[in-house]
Amino acid sequence: MPRKVHTHTFDAVIVGAGGAGLMAALYASRQVNVAVISKLYPTRSHTGTAQGGVGAALGNIDEDHWEWHAYDTVKGSDYLADQPAVDVLCQEAIETVVELEHMGLPFDRLPSGRISQRRFGGHTNKDTGRPVHRACHAADRTGHMILQTLYQQCVKNNVNFFDEYHVVDLIRVGDSVRGVVAICIATGDFHVFHSKAVLFATGGWGRCWEVTSNAHSLTGDGAAICLRRGIPMEDMEFFQFHPTGIFKLGILITEGVRGEGGVLINNEGERFMEHYAPTIKDLASRDVVSRAIFLEVQAGRGIGGKNYVHLDVRPETVNHYFAKDGENRQIDAAYIEAKLPDIADFTRTYLGVDPVKEPMPVQPTAHYAMGGIPTDVDGCVILDAENTVLPGLYAAGETACVSVHGANRLGTNSLVDLIVFGRRSGNHMAEFCRESELLPLPEDPAGEIMAEFERIRNNKGGTKQYEIRDRMQQTMTANVGVFRTEETISTAKAELAHLQEIFHRDLEIDDDGLQFNTDLLEAWELGCLLDLAEVTTLSALARKESRGAHARDDFTKRDDETWMKHTLCDLIDGEYRLSYKPVVLGRYEPKERVY
Amino acid sequence: MNHANGTGTPQRLRVQMRIRRFNPEVKKEGWWGDYTVEDVAPNDSVLDILHQVKWKHDGTLALRRSCAHGVCGSDAMRINGVNMLACKTLIGRLANGSNMVKIQVEPILGLPVLKDLIVDMEPFFEHYRSIMPYFVNDKPVPDDGRERLQSQEDRERFDDTTKCILCAACTTSCPSFWADDRYTGPAAIVQAHRFIFDSRDQAPGERLNKLAEEFGVWRCRTIFNCTNACPREIEVTRAIAEVKHSISTGQV
Repeated sequence: MPRKVHTHTFDAVIVGAGGAGLMAALYASRQVNVAVISKLYPTRSHTGTAQGGVGAALGNIDEDHWEWHAYDTVKGSDYLADQPAVDVLCQEAIETVVELEHMGLPFDRLPSGRISQRRFGGHTNKDTGRPVHRACHAADRTGHMILQTLYQQCVKNNVNFFDEYHVVDLIRVGDSVRGVVAICIATGDFHVFHSKAVLFATGGWGRCWEVTSNAHSLTGDGAAICLRRGIPMEDMEFFQFHPTGIFKLGILITEGVRGEGGVLINNEGERFMEHYAPTIKDLASRDVVSRAIFLEVQAGRGIGGKNYVHLDVRPETVNHYFAKDGENRQIDAAYIEAKLPDIADFTRTYLGVDPVKEPMPVQPTAHYAMGGIPTDVDGCVILDAENTVLPGLYAAGETACVSVHGANRLGTNSLVDLIVFGRRSGNHMAEFCRESELLPLPEDPAGEIMAEFERIRNNKGGTKQYEIRDRMQQTMTANVGVFRTEETISTAKAELAHLQEIFHRDLEIDDDGLQFNTDLLEAWELGCLLDLAEVTTLSALARKESRGAHARDDFTKRDDETWMKHTLCDLIDGEYRLSYKPVVLGRYEPKERVY
Repeated sequence: MNHANGTGTPQRLRVQMRIRRFNPEVKKEGWWGDYTVEDVAPNDSVLDILHQVKWKHDGTLALRRSCAHGVCGSDAMRINGVNMLACKTLIGRLANGSNMVKIQVEPILGLPVLKDLIVDMEPFFEHYRSIMPYFVNDKPVPDDGRERLQSQEDRERFDDTTKCILCAACTTSCPSFWADDRYTGPAAIVQAHRFIFDSRDQAPGERLNKLAEEFGVWRCRTIFNCTNACPREIEVTRAIAEVKHSISTGQV
């Protein structure tokens, strides 16, 4: 049906209103005219679910240095991170966290009145290898407080919001961007946002997997849109499985539980991480702990022989292991309640388990995309191995790949990434807009995507979207999970190709209306997930080594000689093409990872 | 949908779901949609059942949801007459020991319904914006480039109200708000409380002045619906009382 298309003009549009988008908006809007477009109300964004803390070497409790934070980040990344970018991340983490405090963020406090910090997986003293207190936190709702604080500041500064507008296309003309196309969810109308610059801050795509900590809305829209508009995806084979999701539900139990002294226990009552990471045990990097849980389950040591283990934060257990580790302190139930109130609430609500009295059943859960839209340290999107920038296009946050997380992200660094690179890309984008002209829109900029939506709306074929989604999630969980092999990945590849065919041929939705047609929008989101699942699978199939979150049972060793490089996957004329880009090393030489 | 109940063997339930439907593109009046969902586990949530209805029975059903574990605040609705988050309300708790569970779901009250369970949130956010929901402190930051200091006691003072996720369950359960939607409402007062009692904030007086006006805190009749509705277990009525007390005494 022919419809009116609305047009708006801004210097810059920011797509997504989580931590990265709002941080960028705060900075960019000080200098130029900005619109923030989000398919959710901003405070619904997934940043709000981040729990444990944001890492910064403030040294409020024990000695710390940003170089140590950088070392832990590089080691955590299994040496795939670009080290100059990691230096930016860890150095600027300090001033940015302090700045959040100045914006009013209610961090927990130490008796000295300074920001409270806790231990977290993989954060160490570089000299001793022992855990260091680096995660600045507000109870176990640090992400909630970051999201709220940034939104509050945006309200204070009159940032323009388009809430519940779903961005579905990027307007790219040659090597320039001209804006985006969005659907107003309430009316179904198409809106063209004509701009000099576009920033994608649309988060991850954990919904490719069955058991995930990710919100239903995390469908990788920004990444998929970029892929379809000729931008490569970087390092997509690296997707983090967080070791402690609530059994079957996937809801996250923060690493902060282990930071406060919680331990993982198998069916034999053993603290099994002692075998896998003798120095920091339960606080090893996430990929290491997830693999350990998988191997324990495989060896028949899951609880009751099932595929989960226990996370035990009962005071008596914690104090027992404190004493064993020679740590001179004790905690009680009130301490757990004060430090981890939301975790206690989740497990009581969803499991009927009281964490101060019983251990929690946990299993690895699909959590975080290390890969994504390739950018430099200013958020500028790059097109190839030569780091050619596409002027005016930006990405920040989980959807971007700077790369600071490499093959495995260090806990707390997602929040650090949002605020550091959100700020940097907001500033750079404002600068770009001040120096650039608004280029004209092409003819009928929304035509192509409108036709695609009409196709989905009217297609008949009898297959409901949940059938395709379920099969995609099942195959990704079974075959492109904590461990993979040539055989499993190939199985997923074939299944995904088949599902793509069904999606394009047989998908039939129920809602042919305009207003709040979430049936239609969810179907389009499913298309994004399918594309990103395919890219993940192809990237994983090609990388014949094990590194960080990409653990191949058929190539169990890291192979720096052949594979110390980033994957780039382009979509050209309907075909995926892989190429590679060198890793930028720095002060830390690659060596074997031991925790 | 296949959530096992912790470590135990899941019992299976049948849910009879009655959903208040409205779609202005189809007809002017609302109607009740009845759906039966089989093979439900006690710790499936109301959101899981709504998804079953939407995905398998009727894709036109419209609702908001995102995180699905009680943090994003998207899916506040009226479930068996009480405001709750659909994702945090488990079927087992509505079952009363029976294998057949009847659940009635309606949009939250007091905001215009746009389609099915989706209401217009704009009036709600307008009240939110009216109370200066942001930190104000124009004094120079510490010379050492570090954080402002705050004692643990001062931080604790407003801890409860920092938990708010703006889901609107409180405001839309409030009879005073139903009676007159010009009332600021509990959620916005909770947000104001979070700043009024923050020792670092410099604008408590301005917020208190706004809340002392005709449609401010004195519309609250201490009915406690808000406290009962809050999925974050914020003591909303107490927070409102503290604001009232500050207005009366002129002290924070």
